[in-house]
Amino acid sequence: MTITVRPSALKRRRQQLRDMPAATGRGLDDRLQLASPGLRTLLNKVFPDHWSFLLGEIALWSFVMLLLTGTFLALFFDPSMEEVTYNGSYTALSGVEMSRAYESTLTLSFDVRGGLLIRQMHHWSALLFLAAIVVHFLRIFFTGAYRKPREINYLIGVAMFWLAFLLGFTGYTLPDDALSGSGLRIAHAIILSIPVLGTWTASALFDGDFPGTAIMPRVFILHVFLLPLALLGLITAHLLIMFKQMHTQWPGAGRSNRNVVGERFFPRYISKQTSFLLIVFGVIAALGGLFQINPVWLFGPYKAAVVSVATQPDWYVLFLEGSTRLFPSWEIRFPLFGEHFTIPTLFWPGVVLPGILTTLVVAYPFYEARKLKDKQIHNLLQRPRDVPVRTGLGAMGVTFWLVLTLSGANDVIASTFDISLNATTWAGRIGAVVLPPLAYWVTHRVCLGLQQHDRQVLSHGVETGILRRRPDGGFMEVHQPLGPTDPHGHGELEYTGAPVPKKMNRLGALAPATRGFLAPVERPSTPPTEPPTPNGYEGTEVAGTDQSR
Amino acid sequence: MSADTASGPGTTGTETGQRTADELVAEPAELDVYDPRLTRFDLVREGARRKGIEIVHYEPRFPPGSRADRRMERVVASLFLLAGAAGMGFVVAYIWWPWEYADGATATSKFYTPVLGVTLAISMLAIGAGITTWAKKLLPHEVSVEHRHDQPSSDTDRKIMGATLGNMLDETGVTRRPLLRRALLLGLAPIGLVAAAPLVGGLLKDPHTNRTGEPGFNASPQDYTGWNPALNDEQPVRLTFENGSPIRPADVSVGGQVTVFPGIDHGASNEYADSPTLLIHLREEFAAELRQNLYPMNQDSMAGNFVAYSKICTHAGCPPSLFEQQTNRLLCPCHQSQFLITDNARPIFGPATRSLAMLPIAVDNEGYFVATSDYQVPVGPSFWER
Repeated sequence: MTITVRPSALKRRRQQLRDMPAATGRGLDDRLQLASPGLRTLLNKVFPDHWSFLLGEIALWSFVMLLLTGTFLALFFDPSMEEVTYNGSYTALSGVEMSRAYESTLTLSFDVRGGLLIRQMHHWSALLFLAAIVVHFLRIFFTGAYRKPREINYLIGVAMFWLAFLLGFTGYTLPDDALSGSGLRIAHAIILSIPVLGTWTASALFDGDFPGTAIMPRVFILHVFLLPLALLGLITAHLLIMFKQMHTQWPGAGRSNRNVVGERFFPRYISKQTSFLLIVFGVIAALGGLFQINPVWLFGPYKAAVVSVATQPDWYVLFLEGSTRLFPSWEIRFPLFGEHFTIPTLFWPGVVLPGILTTLVVAYPFYEARKLKDKQIHNLLQRPRDVPVRTGLGAMGVTFWLVLTLSGANDVIASTFDISLNATTWAGRIGAVVLPPLAYWVTHRVCLGLQQHDRQVLSHGVETGILRRRPDGGFMEVHQPLGPTDPHGHGELEYTGAPVPKKMNRLGALAPATRGFLAPVERPSTPPTEPPTPNGYEGTEVAGTDQSR
Repeated sequence: MSADTASGPGTTGTETGQRTADELVAEPAELDVYDPRLTRFDLVREGARRKGIEIVHYEPRFPPGSRADRRMERVVASLFLLAGAAGMGFVVAYIWWPWEYADGATATSKFYTPVLGVTLAISMLAIGAGITTWAKKLLPHEVSVEHRHDQPSSDTDRKIMGATLGNMLDETGVTRRPLLRRALLLGLAPIGLVAAAPLVGGLLKDPHTNRTGEPGFNASPQDYTGWNPALNDEQPVRLTFENGSPIRPADVSVGGQVTVFPGIDHGASNEYADSPTLLIHLREEFAAELRQNLYPMNQDSMAGNFVAYSKICTHAGCPPSLFEQQTNRLLCPCHQSQFLITDNARPIFGPATRSLAMLPIAVDNEGYFVATSDYQVPVGPSFWER
């Protein structure tokens, strides 16, 4: 009898196993109502797909990497300014007096297994983080993604740039090597240059005169706690708002201001996100392992009397370094209430200029909306060519920033190309004034030209590269219209700001080369044409040509 | 690939055709989800549709089980295996590769960090590439359209919300009871100050006191450098090398320069970050030129053909330590200010505005350089009360 019972028990067990997912689901829904449409909407949420939408994500994943590697570094780093004598395994610095901060940086580079890799990955992530933020910002600006309803996220983005900037600066200050000390010295001078409040502020931050011993622990707490906390809060807000407002999309077939065309969140979009995170991590790991960054042991500990040639900050600070180098020696000194007061040179390029640049960036969306009397909701992006004024202004800003950034390295440029140092300074001074308007003019013209070409193709069709001889002996090129044409042979498609195909193979006229390394991995696509005509020419209908010539 | 469908009219081959997606979304006709003929995907599509999401195009990238499909499966699998192998390589290298720092170009430990980085990178990139391939080649290709719900709330909702918020305010009565409102503000203000007081009070430090805690003569933070005799029992402070040994005129050759520090305890440390000074032995003709140009204040500051300038730039505080013998210029490597040492270290190029301060020096009875007094002007960057 037992023999007959067993299989049925087994069967029951199997049945139970098969029912388990459903039973778990029921159990969870009883308690959390997971089957409600809310979660379903989340799983099915549609994201548009375009490479330019991934730039901000590089920043996000770099930030995750910064948190991971930074936590590791904090286990070994000691921000103390106590004077110690180095005794570690890097023999070149044996017996050198240095601060505990610098010593612990050396220790985690040489005496902690794998510490150098983590430190270099941390630094590369920071550089990548700032680069991704800047490129993401340019994408947002040049495509008009900041327009209503996304102004709030734009402002959060600007705030995040400055937080990231401060995080980067405090980060490379912490090792207390010769390079970071010079940076801190200049930062001290910039704070000192603020009228009225400067000396008191500097004295409060540094607990007296430069450098003192209080500054490094304070920079440390800013770098590992206050600034990341603020950044984390803003990132959360940035993502939640993006999620709520849904992503912008490019104009195109089937796309309108009221919909999103793309892929659902699960599983395709989330898979691509995960893989992108790993790819960003992989690139950072390769950079950290293969490319030396900030070799602090070569610079030595910070000493007020020591500086090396080609003292350059990290790339995102270079524009301020450049503005400081270019700004003329205009110091204002004036009597007031019987005393003399000074506004130092450094105040203008170090405090006022970044203030002006930030104000312009913050104000632009509101200025544009007011100027255009635009209160509409915009979910479709604009191609840069379709808004020549904005694109021109953007090019102007980028050019100005580039001139300053290059000027931040003018000593390296001068020595590399054997140019007079003073000539590079003057080139920067003149360039910063002359090149931006020039960039505006050129960009504006280029935008109009590109628009014209799009309109031309919409009206006259795509160049086929086929020349025909007319009965009167002249030659003409055959054009392929993109859609229906009017009696004159002109295309009737409207200009919508969407990309216009300019080549025949974008229209499927030429079969793409079959993919696959050794063997074809897909069926070669059949050209959407009739069999070739006897003369071997195109088979599609070609407007205004005589097929039976 | 879906990126291609994003490129606009003419290239899109989806089922949307010429209809706009809004029209598609607008189709109502709810399905009966208990209909036994419906497939599971029909249910998925119906569920999405009920929330304004239309899956308009959905097909496998390659026919399941086809050659291309199996090939892609193999590619993804090999990428994952490669990731595993590289990850294992990382762990093995981490444990057994010699890692301790050693001098010499041949030390294997030099390759410790690159080996770790490369194995780590390969493992992460391989998983990343594997998942990407999976998503792009093995998951069904789809185009979905979601209706945006970003229109402002309806007038009704706005009216109700306005009433709710207004009522909330009325309930508290702050609009009706000005006394309470003012009392509350007056009560809260000090609490705000309480929060700020410890921070401000704890950090604030009067910049106008010198090292001994007395008010400075020029109300400046830099007025009291390590050269002040007050720090040396009112004796003139000696010029010393970094290691603390005093300097004789013979130690600096003609046309040479040396960085000197105050000969007091920790004189060469960052405790006296405003004190490093450049001692220059000028050639006879340049010394004569400088003597002619000396500011009245600096008349007694040179010792023979020797002159000592502050090494803290008057622009941003870097050490202007690049000495061009040919042009007699000092160059600051931070912002390229250039100072002419035959004319009181006057700035002649770059952003600096003021001359480097000149330290009054002399040679004492024992033949060593001393500073006869502290700097006569504040050294270093400018500031408001200067």
